[in-house]
Amino acid sequence: MLHTVNKSPFQNTTLESCIRFVRPGDVILLLEDGVLAAQAGSAKSALLEEAMGKCEIYALEADLKARALKELVPGVKTTDYSGFVDLVEQHTTHSWL
Amino acid sequence: MAEEVKKIMFTVRKAPHGSIYVYEGLEVKLIMAAYDADISVVFMDDGVFAVKQGQDTKPLGIKGFEATYGALVDYEITKVFVDRQSMEERGMTEEDLLVIGEDEDTEEPIKPQVVGSDEIAAMMAEQHNILSF
Repeated sequence: MLHTVNKSPFQNTTLESCIRFVRPGDVILLLEDGVLAAQAGSAKSALLEEAMGKCEIYALEADLKARALKELVPGVKTTDYSGFVDLVEQHTTHSWL
Repeated sequence: MAEEVKKIMFTVRKAPHGSIYVYEGLEVKLIMAAYDADISVVFMDDGVFAVKQGQDTKPLGIKGFEATYGALVDYEITKVFVDRQSMEERGMTEEDLLVIGEDEDTEEPIKPQVVGSDEIAAMMAEQHNILSF
């Protein structure tokens, strides 16, 4: 399963819900305001640190760059749009809108 | 060669009435029910408010959808689930859930099934497509 999250964890609980339904081997892709969760040392970075144990986490580069996010929670991988397409191709996707 | 029946899940995570998502999602479910697909619906997060019984939208001047939800079983949409944690966090119990149809033989009302997140995650993993509203 690929879970995409496009909401800020500081604004609502979408990422928390997503993590509750993630199974081992799933992938979470953060995009749009969702990438704000990837900032290291934030009040919400524990969410990704906890999820890291059971799934892979990606953040979309274009959205990170646009928001000047450089220090990421350790273990968060980055991907570009073509990597995004690859992930969608490889998995069934659920968009946590 | 017979094609495999597609397993399609709808997830409803938005509260009703504040946006058009729940209403539009319901329309899509009814349309999809006309096709040969294995449909399931899961209400989670604020989506659980969409299946609370006793919604009166007259004061808002909009058409409600509780009656339409009451016909889901008639549309052969019987796999309807509610996430237990989302429901309990919002102070709701199984008693609060609306009716989605009645049993053909006994005429007993049918309500959505309340299930845990592990069960929902396992069902999600079996789907061909998941549409979120």
